[in-house]
Amino acid sequence: MLLISKRDILRMKKMSFIMVAVFLMISASLAVAGTLDEVKKRGQLVCGVSTGLPGFSATDEKGVWKGLDVDGCKIIAAAVLGDISKIKYVPLNSKERFTALQSGEIDLLVRGTTWTLHRDTALGLNFAATNYYDGQGFMVKKKLAVKSAKELDGAAICIQSGTTTELNLADYFTENKMKYEAVVFDTHDQTMQGFEAGRCDVLTSDQSQLYGLRTHMKNPAEAVMLPEIISKEPLGSVVRQGDDEWFNVVRWSFYAMLNAEEMGVTSKNVDEMKKSTNPNIRRLLGLEGDKGQSLNLPDDWSYQIIKQVGNYGESFERNVGMDSPLKIARGLNAQWNKGGIQYGPPMR
Amino acid sequence: MTKPVKTTAWWNNARNRALMFQILLGSAVFLFFFFIGNNALHNLEQRGITTGFAFLKQKAGFGIIQSLIPYTEASTYARTFVVGLVNTLLVSAMGIVCATILGFIIGVARLSSNWLISKMAAVYIEIFRNLPLLLQIFFWYFAVLRTLPSPRNSMHLGEWAFLNIRGVYIPRPIYEQGFGWVTGAIIISIAAIVILKRWATKRQENTGEQFPVLLTSLGIVTILPTIAYFATGTPLHWELPQLKGFNFRGGITVIPELAALLAALTVYTASLIAEIVRSGILSVSHGQTEAARALGVRQGKILRLVIIPQAMRVIIPQMTSQYLNLVKNSSLAAAIGYPDLVSVFAGTTLNQTGQAIEVISMTMAVYLTISLTISFFMNWYNARILLKER
Repeated sequence: MLLISKRDILRMKKMSFIMVAVFLMISASLAVAGTLDEVKKRGQLVCGVSTGLPGFSATDEKGVWKGLDVDGCKIIAAAVLGDISKIKYVPLNSKERFTALQSGEIDLLVRGTTWTLHRDTALGLNFAATNYYDGQGFMVKKKLAVKSAKELDGAAICIQSGTTTELNLADYFTENKMKYEAVVFDTHDQTMQGFEAGRCDVLTSDQSQLYGLRTHMKNPAEAVMLPEIISKEPLGSVVRQGDDEWFNVVRWSFYAMLNAEEMGVTSKNVDEMKKSTNPNIRRLLGLEGDKGQSLNLPDDWSYQIIKQVGNYGESFERNVGMDSPLKIARGLNAQWNKGGIQYGPPMR
Repeated sequence: MTKPVKTTAWWNNARNRALMFQILLGSAVFLFFFFIGNNALHNLEQRGITTGFAFLKQKAGFGIIQSLIPYTEASTYARTFVVGLVNTLLVSAMGIVCATILGFIIGVARLSSNWLISKMAAVYIEIFRNLPLLLQIFFWYFAVLRTLPSPRNSMHLGEWAFLNIRGVYIPRPIYEQGFGWVTGAIIISIAAIVILKRWATKRQENTGEQFPVLLTSLGIVTILPTIAYFATGTPLHWELPQLKGFNFRGGITVIPELAALLAALTVYTASLIAEIVRSGILSVSHGQTEAARALGVRQGKILRLVIIPQAMRVIIPQMTSQYLNLVKNSSLAAAIGYPDLVSVFAGTTLNQTGQAIEVISMTMAVYLTISLTISFFMNWYNARILLKER
């Protein structure tokens, strides 16, 4: 027997509408607070890196994270918190990385991520800095005696899932009217295992990664690189869209590294350089000009970056260059006045 | 219906109260989900992340190693969904069939009076049901299949079949004009067998005379299509796999990822099914066997006609959950690169489009649908074989 009147129902409906409205208001005010303030308050930077790629982000035998991408995390911790040890590294595979950043699980993603139109717009991300200009290459077993990627018709190719590499590969083979078999794995390690065991003839990835992965082979001399580079892969630091303050911090921390190299300021001579009278160097080290104010950072932010991590050249050579097992030449990643395209805008 | 006592307020009436609580709970649940959905949409919009299902019509642009339906790099994301779904269904269906057969054999062997057979079955069950499935998949893929030779040193069966680390290569049948007659002959012979079986059963019920149904059926099913095949001038040819360049071309390829996943799913699930079969058989009172023996029924027939039908009532409900597990476990495929729904759609497609919420909810809906369908059929079958009380 229904004794609730129509008016009661209407009233309940009205109430639920009010409740929905209230919920919506709450959720609106729950919008993201500034990442910079959040990191400062937390006293720790949460940085997304790869699950293990030698030279870029991998742990050494003591379990310490090292690499060019790891340095990309460290400069931010140095600038914001003044201490490169205050970082929590979150290893992510290529499938997890964007969701982790979008959902706020990490503050910053430095994981060999290619800057593309789609990712920059539709995924709600911003590419703050390009710490490595790369291109997609091929690695094959020496005994196959292949000299060019054009000879790869019908080959089985190991590849990591969820990368731009998958798309470039398809484009390249379609364009050259060749067939291929894509064997798709989740992580760098599995992809490498597939290649080593002979499941595929070819391993394709960004060329820097191929060099890194080759150092982990049982017999690195077994594999050779093919000369073709089939894509542009600007790799760098990624942040969430709509947080300009944080975007600026990440972008200019990297530019500070670049400018330091250009001006010859290194982790070793930075204390001496403080006495320099060169106004450019004085501005770089936060002794003159805007200092840290406009970035909402301490005045010595760039000094801390150079002191604790080093300039871009130091970081490059230590992790992937001539001082590392990878022995990658600077190439595109040299300074703009040395034949490369790394260019730090003026800091003034 | 009794008239409600006038002196009681309407909210003290038990029926009204129950109804009121139902409505309250219902709207609370509704509001909860509405809030979650709305909040997600709101936040996505605020962060400038694209939403909606428009991405399904875009070009996917990546390759998939195994597809039972036509697929190229120029196909859409919607197509990748179907390709992944078909691959999931393929490995699940094959896994269910193989696991059921193997499970039944092992389960019966476990109860064998032969000491050696029974102990071997026991060892099998204890090993495989106690190891994590992911580990078993890795074992088959990384340990067993990796010992196979490279394409140029393939193991082979004449010019017909080849086995190497890239998979198994077998000839592909090519049907020519007139093959329809052969297919027709097969269908006709199956129909004939069904009719024969009905007639034989009826005759046995009426007269007690038996008819050799199995032998006759085998005869029909081989002779009729063979006649049709030669009458239409052998309209079937085989495309043989041939080593060209890096790999074999032509023929049908069974990729090692499928083989490893199928082996792992079959062996693991069979060990669980074996225990279910054993428990089902043991649940049938021994008196049934003795009674059948006393009537002079042969040992094989006792199992087939007396024990198994009764055991099925115990077996089927548990079997349902094993089938459901197998389908869900097939999503571990992503670990070894078998292109199932999770690997292709909730993996590559998700990452290329970045639309996690849409992709994941579609994937979840698929697994839910598959599971509910299996459940439905198994429940229907269970109801059919239940003890009919008259």
